[in-house]
Amino acid sequence: MKLLFDYLVFPGFLFSAVIGLLAGWIDRKVSARLQWRVGPPWHQNFTDIFKLLAKEVIVPQGARFTFLLSPYLGLISAVFVAANLGRFIISPLESFSADLIVILYLLVIPAIALIIGASSSANPLASVGASREMKLILAYELPLILVVITVVIKSQGALQIGQILIQQVTLGSNIFSLSGTLAFLTALLCMQAKLGLAPFEVSEAEQEIMGGVLIEYSGLPLAVFKLTKAIMLYVMPVFLIVLFLGKDLSPLFLITKYLILLVLIILIKNTNPRLRIDQALKFLWRKPKL
Amino acid sequence: MSNGSCNNCDIEICDLFTPRFDVERFGIQLIGSVRHADLLLITGAMNKKSIPRMKKIYEQAAKPCLVVACGTCACSQHMFRDSYNVGEPLDKILPVDLYIPGCPPKPEAIISGILKLVSKIKKGK
Ligand code: SF4
Repeated sequence: MKLLFDYLVFPGFLFSAVIGLLAGWIDRKVSARLQWRVGPPWHQNFTDIFKLLAKEVIVPQGARFTFLLSPYLGLISAVFVAANLGRFIISPLESFSADLIVILYLLVIPAIALIIGASSSANPLASVGASREMKLILAYELPLILVVITVVIKSQGALQIGQILIQQVTLGSNIFSLSGTLAFLTALLCMQAKLGLAPFEVSEAEQEIMGGVLIEYSGLPLAVFKLTKAIMLYVMPVFLIVLFLGKDLSPLFLITKYLILLVLIILIKNTNPRLRIDQALKFLWRKPKL
Repeated sequence: MSNGSCNNCDIEICDLFTPRFDVERFGIQLIGSVRHADLLLITGAMNKKSIPRMKKIYEQAAKPCLVVACGTCACSQHMFRDSYNVGEPLDKILPVDLYIPGCPPKPEAIISGILKLVSKIKKGK
């Protein structure tokens, strides 16, 4: 019962979805203000999701069964990560051995779900988007793993998130050292790519490939993808906070740190043009390894 | 969607997304794929080549999807009526929910029309 509650309500699905959608609103609002616009009301993303639930689901001709399956795959893994991260933050001792690796793997799955869904939707633009997404995964996974290794080395080879947190509580946050700062900057860029925001949004490029991977989705599956995205928008910054800024995780500090990270991502997103896929690949492979 | 319009209506539609008019205030966004669309803004006088394509696109949209005739051309075919290349008027082809006349309609007119339609739907439900 407790486990079910953990996964479905707090800090799992419901909680992270609400936070993620609110974060999505902050994203839209800040972007709008940066462009000197007013921006949408706060409940816009919730309205959008409910509206999508009421709409028709179209399965294009020639699509395979994975077309409808893959959104749920992504959602489940994102929820799993959200629930576990939340639990570790509340009580660091609850983490199991090598959970860091598990979470790293689970964080890739939403992107893979996107690829599977897009490539089974029988749409040429979606397959272009899928291939871009695939290259992007190749590009950002390596630096992200390097970053995580840095953190692991700094906390004396601990592969448990709980231990990493305890280490930071006693020794100070990881970001306040030279290698920590470098790794944090790299992680920030990887996060940008992982969340599919500019300058790394090639797989969903609205202008050239019309929403790319999501082009054929409508109704419920689209809503599930949007929810997954929202949850990722909540999970990734929290993951970074856990890895690098884990000194003080009382609710107030956690929220402040999260908001700062969020606004930082949005600022990067709004002040950078979109990179071509080869440029993104080069950038993500070279810069972090300096 | 442009159906043989003179492009002026389309430019006015683009204006809706500029900082001055900013329809994102009302949660309205420009979307690339018809599958995500809730509303089709149709401009132009329906020439014979574009009608089948327009029908196809409307069929691809996820229902319920609203159709708005934007500009005098789409409402009544304007001065192109009885022209050799113009087919049937829009409301004989698709179920039109809203007519926004004007050549081209002002962005304010488009916004007020769409908002009226939205509030009507909210009341109707
Ligand atoms: S209504 Fe006027 S502005 Fe709009 S497409 Fe027709 S002629 Fe052009």
